[in-house]
Amino acid sequence: MRYAMAIDTKKCVGCSDCVVACQTENNIPIGYSRDWITETVEGTYPGLHLQIRSERCNHCEDTPCVRTCPTGASHVIEGGIVKVTPEECIGCGSCIEACPYDARYVHPEGWVDKCTFCDHRINNGQDPACVSVCPTTCMYFGDLDDPNSEVSRITAVRRIKVLAAEAGTKPQIFYLV
Amino acid sequence: MKEELIISGRMNPHIDPVMNIWHWSIPLYLFLGGLAAGLLFFAAYQTIMGKDKKFLTSVRIGPIVAFGAIVIGLMALLYDLHHPLYFWQLYTTIRLDSPMSWGAWTLMLIMPLNMIWIFSYLKDIYPVHKCKLGFIRKIAAWIITTNDTKPEQDWDWKHKIIRDFEKYIVKDRKPLAWAMAILAIVLGVYTGILLSAFNARPLWNTAILGPLFLTSGLSTGAALLMIMTKDHFERISYSKIDILLVIIELFFITHWFMGYQAGSEIKVHTVSYFLGGEFTVTFWVNVIILGLTIPLILEVMELMKFKIPVIVPGLLIIWGGLAFRFIMVDAGQVIRYLY
Amino acid sequence: MYITLNIKGFFMKTTRRQFIKISSMGVGGLALAATPILNWVPSFLKKDNDIPDDSKAKRYPTYCEICFWKCAGWTYTKNVDGKEKIWKIIGNNDDQHSSGRFCPRGTGGVGMYEDEDRLKHPLIREKDEDGNQYFRKATWDEAITVIADKLKNVAQKYSPNCVAMFSHGSGGKFWGNVLKAYGTNSISAPSYAQCRGPREVGFIATFGKGIGSPEPTDIRNTKCLVLIGSHIGENMHNGQVQEMSQAIDNGATIITVDPRFSTAASKSDFWLPIKPATDLALLLTWINVIIEEELYDKEYVEKYTYGFEQIKEHVKNNTPEWAYGITGLKPDLIRKTARAMGNASPAVIVHPGRHVTWYGDDTQRLRAVAILNAILGSWGRRGGFYQPEGIKLKSMPHPAYPKISHTWRDATPGKFKLADLALASGICDATIPSPDRDCSYKAWIINGTNLITTLPDRKNTIAALQNLELVVVIDTMPAEITGYADVVLPECTYLERYDMLRTSKHREPSIALRMPAAKPKYDSKPGWEMAKMLAEKLGLGAYVPYNDITELLDWQLKQIGSSLDEMQKIGVKKIDREYNDLYFLNGEEHEFSTNTGKIELYSTALVEEGFDAMPKYTAHPEPQPGFYRLNYGRAPMHTFGRTVNNPHLNDLMDENVLWVNPKIAQLEDLSAGQEVWLKNQDDVISSFPIKVRITERIRQDMVYMVHGFGRQDDRLSRSYGKGASDSELITHIMHDKIMGGTGMRGNFVKFITENPHPSDKPLTRKVNII
Ligand SMILES: Nc1nc2c(c(=O)[nH]1)N[C@H]1C(S)=C(S)[C@@H](COP(=O)(O)OP(=O)(O)OC[C@H]3O[C@@H](n4cnc5c(=O)[nH]c(N)nc54)[C@H](O)[C@@H]3O)O[C@H]1N2
Ligand SMILES: Nc1nc2c(c(=O)[nH]1)N[C@H]1C(S)=C(S)[C@@H](COP(=O)(O)OP(=O)(O)OC[C@H]3O[C@@H](n4cnc5c(=O)[nH]c(N)nc54)[C@H](O)[C@@H]3O)O[C@H]1N2
Ligand code: SF4
Ligand code: SF4
Ligand code: SF4
Ligand code: SF4
Ligand code: SF4
Ligand SMILES: [Mo]
Repeated sequence: MRYAMAIDTKKCVGCSDCVVACQTENNIPIGYSRDWITETVEGTYPGLHLQIRSERCNHCEDTPCVRTCPTGASHVIEGGIVKVTPEECIGCGSCIEACPYDARYVHPEGWVDKCTFCDHRINNGQDPACVSVCPTTCMYFGDLDDPNSEVSRITAVRRIKVLAAEAGTKPQIFYLV
Repeated sequence: MKEELIISGRMNPHIDPVMNIWHWSIPLYLFLGGLAAGLLFFAAYQTIMGKDKKFLTSVRIGPIVAFGAIVIGLMALLYDLHHPLYFWQLYTTIRLDSPMSWGAWTLMLIMPLNMIWIFSYLKDIYPVHKCKLGFIRKIAAWIITTNDTKPEQDWDWKHKIIRDFEKYIVKDRKPLAWAMAILAIVLGVYTGILLSAFNARPLWNTAILGPLFLTSGLSTGAALLMIMTKDHFERISYSKIDILLVIIELFFITHWFMGYQAGSEIKVHTVSYFLGGEFTVTFWVNVIILGLTIPLILEVMELMKFKIPVIVPGLLIIWGGLAFRFIMVDAGQVIRYLY
Repeated sequence: MYITLNIKGFFMKTTRRQFIKISSMGVGGLALAATPILNWVPSFLKKDNDIPDDSKAKRYPTYCEICFWKCAGWTYTKNVDGKEKIWKIIGNNDDQHSSGRFCPRGTGGVGMYEDEDRLKHPLIREKDEDGNQYFRKATWDEAITVIADKLKNVAQKYSPNCVAMFSHGSGGKFWGNVLKAYGTNSISAPSYAQCRGPREVGFIATFGKGIGSPEPTDIRNTKCLVLIGSHIGENMHNGQVQEMSQAIDNGATIITVDPRFSTAASKSDFWLPIKPATDLALLLTWINVIIEEELYDKEYVEKYTYGFEQIKEHVKNNTPEWAYGITGLKPDLIRKTARAMGNASPAVIVHPGRHVTWYGDDTQRLRAVAILNAILGSWGRRGGFYQPEGIKLKSMPHPAYPKISHTWRDATPGKFKLADLALASGICDATIPSPDRDCSYKAWIINGTNLITTLPDRKNTIAALQNLELVVVIDTMPAEITGYADVVLPECTYLERYDMLRTSKHREPSIALRMPAAKPKYDSKPGWEMAKMLAEKLGLGAYVPYNDITELLDWQLKQIGSSLDEMQKIGVKKIDREYNDLYFLNGEEHEFSTNTGKIELYSTALVEEGFDAMPKYTAHPEPQPGFYRLNYGRAPMHTFGRTVNNPHLNDLMDENVLWVNPKIAQLEDLSAGQEVWLKNQDDVISSFPIKVRITERIRQDMVYMVHGFGRQDDRLSRSYGKGASDSELITHIMHDKIMGGTGMRGNFVKFITENPHPSDKPLTRKVNII
């Protein structure tokens, strides 16, 4: 099993619903977030190109964050989901430094938090919270090992890009461009 | 024009606008770790070479300072943890991939050795009867020494095991020295690897940091010994060692910059911060000029019999080492992958 | 124990997954063996695992009150320390407005409930011995009594007709009914003359029918979607955003006309970076090309329309070359886009937009939009405009309302006869005494609308407020308008109350229930209850023939074969269409409610009122040197000012920024992130500075900001003074001669880089709270 997400930049409008939905679903304190929206604008008026991306932990296949964690609080669970056990985390920040995507943050209670792919929901057969609210339905979630899953199908037919590929972490979030 | 911005989310302190999860305590910790590594290495080295009678400051005082440095360094590290009450989780697992874990365990091992070392020299360095504070003598007498501690039999341990142990070590310190030398090198390299393990930070992502930090640690250790010792021979010896170390360090840095400049786009971008960019002045003034070149010149001049107050090059080297770590940690967090 | 197991785990090379099992057993099963310090885990750390399972959590139906799309959903609660607490809001899958997905504002709606800056008690304005005014916390009975006494007084001294109400939001119906019983029908909303009014009038003049809300645009089935300044994606009206995304998936051609590179523009096949205020020229040209190149739907035009030859003749000189000089759009681009529309016809939507009060000739511009749709044959067609259907609920029997001699139309005597709803701005103007009016308004009831930031020309609004004998504000937040109230009534949020059933039209008729998921926080009350209290104090209790709203809802539901009980379980109920006519049937005869019974390309109604039968392009003023046109719009995560203090949504965007083109930034010596104040053509200076965003996404002759920021009431702790307010700078109104809309895009600003305010705490709130 290999969970992954594909996000269609041709449809995402940057509304940030995925950000609030994650915040309410996962009890993220105000001022923090597990996902965020970036915008890049290229060109000169009126020859412009705009890309909006919803970003979060890439649940990398090669996980520098897990590797550098001194306590084992950061770990990988079934399906390649990278998680943190709050009770084991000393808040040393190694994993934060290790992540090329700045996908982790220090929870005000001292431990490090990040996207969990909403494993509590996917275990119940639901989509992650962000995916389930997205008004443009531009996010696809599923198992890459299953050729019939939505992610497998869409990544097979569309042009894809991953972020900072040169960092060598093999991200599992694919942007459809 | 290319515009890149975060529209929402991720306004987390410590991450935006630039990463600053590690503050002053980490570079301080790295600096003190390197210094301790240097001091312990020289103590062990002189012992192994059988020169422990000649290099008294190195073998006796150095390790005490090193111990202090490690303790302060650890306190700094602990201070930087966001969940410090859980620090013990470090010792529930060994993770060879994690430099932090490595460091924690290295320190765990080196500290007892360091203590044993100090213990073995206790009678020489600090005879308890010389202590002017009566209550310390009393406490010492009550806890560890026999009641009738006399001047001639200072630190007369109560328990036979301790007495035997002491005798055993003092007789031949070499095995201990070997162990300590190796661990000191591990510690010195570790302070560099801690950073270089982070592929995500383009500045740190180079294998050269391990040797570079080790060299710098040894150099600051030598500089401190140079300042501390009253013995002319010992001082000149460390001065010479330091000259060598500084030259190696300069070589590493040149090599490093050149490697980056010939590297990928992100490496070129990274090194530009030091060659014209944001960190150019701080780095060149504090590290290259004040911290390496000037002391190098001064030390060479001293060898050429110019009168140079030893404290000047010594302090400059230490300053350079400290500044180097601060700049490395800071810049490393500022420079990120572009995507 | 804990230690050994962990280390063993490592050496045994177990995976982390097993590792967890071992250590959790270590904590649980072997707890006795662990030393106390190792086992000590503060309870707060367990929170992470505290996320309940959706299927086990309690949920209550609601419909969203954060904007006027009114999506239906569920409010989930979860158990925190033994108490049920509001957790999240999720769309209802059976709801056509949301299709089970809320927009960010709806999702962040929990913040409306959580916001600790909310109004907490009824407040009454008082004066101390020195004449200083302040708000006194009052009981509900006191507050309602003051209102009832003053209203009786107004009725006696003047006439009940001299009371007006402004309302934008659900509670309006309850208050409206009380006011109708009291004797006035001057009930208005800023969503007409400041928003969609010209569109309704333009479409009524053409099709005999307005657009209404939600817009019956069949975007999901369209082959070509044309957006003229309608910035879907930033304008987050849920159904449209969702359907536009489906249209993208379906490969529909999207054409966006916007002087700013909007999000929608970035998703479009064609972006027409039009010179502002020249859209009418483009529209006429499109009509011309479509007619000249015979791209129009001939059968449809012949069968249903009136005045084709006239319009053909009328636009004959409006060639792409002509338009190029006016709009700055290349003739080729205009032709190509006209052809794209023609090829997609009739599955094409030239979107009517919503906030269309721009340049004063808005009704005529929307007429052009309507004509374009008419010749493309999109009205009543699949992929164009469908025919929505709703359901009318019965109201409980009550005495007849008294006759009204002086209606809202008398606020603008003889003018704007084509306006189909009351004009908020008209009522505001008619409050300022004038010799040729028999009764200026004397009391205002303001429910859920922040007139200070909503009506343009703030000075005028405040002047009107000063002339009133009674100002009642019903709001949830200390909005600016509350500072001008004599009595402030704190309404509880929509998550804490029942409201009227939602009955808005859609593809299928449906009803949706809103019910509380929590008790009202603080000393706040639902609108129905306040309105009922007032009715009783006024001796009009007979008009509110129920003790509790649940009686009314249950009664209404039973009339249509449902019940409150059922609705509490399902939230949304679809009802079969009475007429099976989502789209016109092939060759179907259709009688339009116009004078001619046809779609009027040539409007006889407009001619009757002395206006142009067909739209004409006129040039509008352009910025003087050093000035830039003030453009404004929406951010997807906010609804006007109503959400800017919402903790969750404020967290997404806590201030607005000023979009400035890089060339202008260079010319004006502005740097990114720099704070500037703005001064408009009438020398009005923004109270607060706004940060500059240097971006290519905006033209050089305009600046852009999101509406709703620059809040001026310091009780709004999160949003006070953050960003700037466009409202403040909109002092010049371009009135729509046909229906009285307030065109707001004719204001020009320049940059001020030094703080122009002597003390930087300009407060418009007039009174303190004690
Ligand atoms: N400058 C400028 N002016 C504009 C516009 C613009 O873009 N720029 N847009 C125009 C348009 S399109 C429109 S539709 C209007 C909208 O204008 P308004 O409807 O006035 O919009 P808001 O400013 O959101 O004011 C809504 C008020 O309702 C309160 N409220 C929220 N929930 C509740 C509730 O449950 N009960 C009660 N009683 N009150 C509640 C909020 O606290 C807020 O004070 O503004 C128009 N005016
Ligand atoms: N997130 C969010 N969504 C909302 C609301 C909200 O507050 N927040 N409010 C809702 C309400 S009540 C309304 S009325 C709608 C309003 O939504 P729309 O009808 O889409 O809004 P407008 O304000 O008319 O349009 C703003 C766009 O017009 C462009 N524009 C400015 N001048 C011109 C011009 O001269 N010509 C052309 N072609 N374009 C121009 C601007 O650059 C901007 O992109 O949004 C609704 N949806
Ligand atoms: S919810 Fe969907 S459309 Fe909105 S920002 Fe997130 S990914 Fe984009
Ligand atoms: S994105 Fe960062 S936190 Fe997530 S798995 Fe990759 S490296 Fe780790
Ligand atoms: S902060 Fe926590 S999760 Fe991250 S590396 Fe340190 S202990 Fe591991
Ligand atoms: S998958 Fe879940 S945890 Fe991750 S960003 Fe989406 S909502 Fe948040
Ligand atoms: S569009 Fe968004 S804010 Fe408006 S009613 Fe729907 S969910 Fe609520
Ligand atoms: Mo509106």
